[in-house]
Amino acid sequence: MSGQSPAVVSASKLGLTFQTNDGPVQALSNVDLTIGKGEFVSFIGPSGCGKTTLLRVIADLEKPTSGTILVNGISPEQAREKRAYGYVFQAAALFPWRTIERNVALPLEIIGLSQAEQAERIKRTLELVNLSGFEKKYPWQLSGGMQQRASIARALAFDADLLLMDEPFGALDEIVRDHLNEQLLDLWDRTNKTICFVTHSIPEAVYLSTRIVVMSPRPGRVTDIIESTLPRKRPLDIRETPEFLAIAARVRDGLRAGHSYED
Amino acid sequence: MDSFRSKIIPVTTILAGVVVIWYVFAVILNAPFQRDLDQRANETPGTVEFIGKTLSQPKPTLPAPHQVAVNFFENTFLRSITSNRSLVYNAWVTLSSTLLGFAFGTALGIVIAVGIVHVTTLDRSLMPWIIASQTIPILAVAPMIIVVLAAIGVTGLIPKALISTYLSFFPVAVGMVKGLRSPEIMHLDLMHTYNASRSQTFWKLRVPASVPFLFTSMKVAVAASLVGAIVGELPTGAVAGIGAKLLSGAYYSQTIDIWSALVAGSVVAALLVMVVGVAGRLVDRAMGGRPA
Repeated sequence: MSGQSPAVVSASKLGLTFQTNDGPVQALSNVDLTIGKGEFVSFIGPSGCGKTTLLRVIADLEKPTSGTILVNGISPEQAREKRAYGYVFQAAALFPWRTIERNVALPLEIIGLSQAEQAERIKRTLELVNLSGFEKKYPWQLSGGMQQRASIARALAFDADLLLMDEPFGALDEIVRDHLNEQLLDLWDRTNKTICFVTHSIPEAVYLSTRIVVMSPRPGRVTDIIESTLPRKRPLDIRETPEFLAIAARVRDGLRAGHSYED
Repeated sequence: MDSFRSKIIPVTTILAGVVVIWYVFAVILNAPFQRDLDQRANETPGTVEFIGKTLSQPKPTLPAPHQVAVNFFENTFLRSITSNRSLVYNAWVTLSSTLLGFAFGTALGIVIAVGIVHVTTLDRSLMPWIIASQTIPILAVAPMIIVVLAAIGVTGLIPKALISTYLSFFPVAVGMVKGLRSPEIMHLDLMHTYNASRSQTFWKLRVPASVPFLFTSMKVAVAASLVGAIVGELPTGAVAGIGAKLLSGAYYSQTIDIWSALVAGSVVAALLVMVVGVAGRLVDRAMGGRPA
């Protein structure tokens, strides 16, 4: 954790209750969390634990029903209006009628950047995700992994310091996933962005994060926060080291303590 | 080659079947009148001669396919296209009001759809009326429109086009409401994270997403427009147009004329639907659509 720099996300006693036909559902309850600048924080837990909901609250896609949350010291709505974050969804969510470069340009058009500025940023972000040469392709001409990389480029294009990622690699096979994990770490290292990453894969969470937030369902809550002792530079084979396995075991313990393995 | 095997053969098979059945019924339906004629003329033709006669009556109950084909060919290709007996001339008269009405109808349908999608009040108030409008038989409404407009001095192309509009705005409005609402939640959320304005979301997401819906509904609308234009010609006592040909054919029992006017109408309808289809495919290709 970074002590001196101001918190990118700070939540206290955060709660969110959905009103459904079957009565109220507590998606989040009493969440206290502070995320510092430059951190890579993963949210892990079984489905229904509120990890995606928490990310959506940070992004102002859901409104909390109790407690407080600040993003960059202001409300999530104000932060969204200032385009403080880039959001990567579970699916690439590219517009099928736009080429890859036009997809990356979408947020830039909305912000209202000049053509020259747009071109420069498209070039830079596509290089960052290793998609140079695919500018004129349409999404269907790219593999699932490449599409997701294009959507990451789109989230990076307007230079927000915070990247919110909701199981971005969940739909991809393991080989592609490993590769993208490596690339994401590299990208995080180079850009020094703050990343909030939702996943349901323990190895993925341990491999990527500086901190792992373990969550449990019914009601959705934070049961454990684990600081990673792994170094910033992480080759893929770090996953076979005892240190890595020890952290993975702690995550598993945290999940068990939150009754996540029970029916 | 593939399209030959997968499209042309099945279609021609059905067509051949229809022609055979048509001939059978032409003989059956024209036989009583032919028998009557033969009796009065004291003739007793053989079976083959009798069948031949049923298929060559000047005003048959059901004209044989070749009679219609000959009439259609003569009136399409052998007449000057300025003659009012020319099917090309009559089809053009109907086509012009079809196209005008279709343009009005498409524009009206789109405007209504945009209103319904963006204004909750319109969504609740307008939709039931739009649906109700289509339950009124057009045959009942058409003469009133023509008469009322004639009373205020509007005659000619516009009243007929308005009947086309009445029929064609509906599929476009319904299709476009669906199309403008077709973007996935994820795409809408994405626009929300960019803090995009309503008009940015509309132009950059809703409009492109609705294009395939627009062309599908335009195909239905253009065929409906043609029906509207033909129906519009009936009560006007129009002197030209496919509807006028149908009406005059009915007055003078020129059944062959009626049928060839019907064929002309079908050809025009098929061409219109095809043109809209091709335009749709070109637009889809230009928008990065995956070649089928």
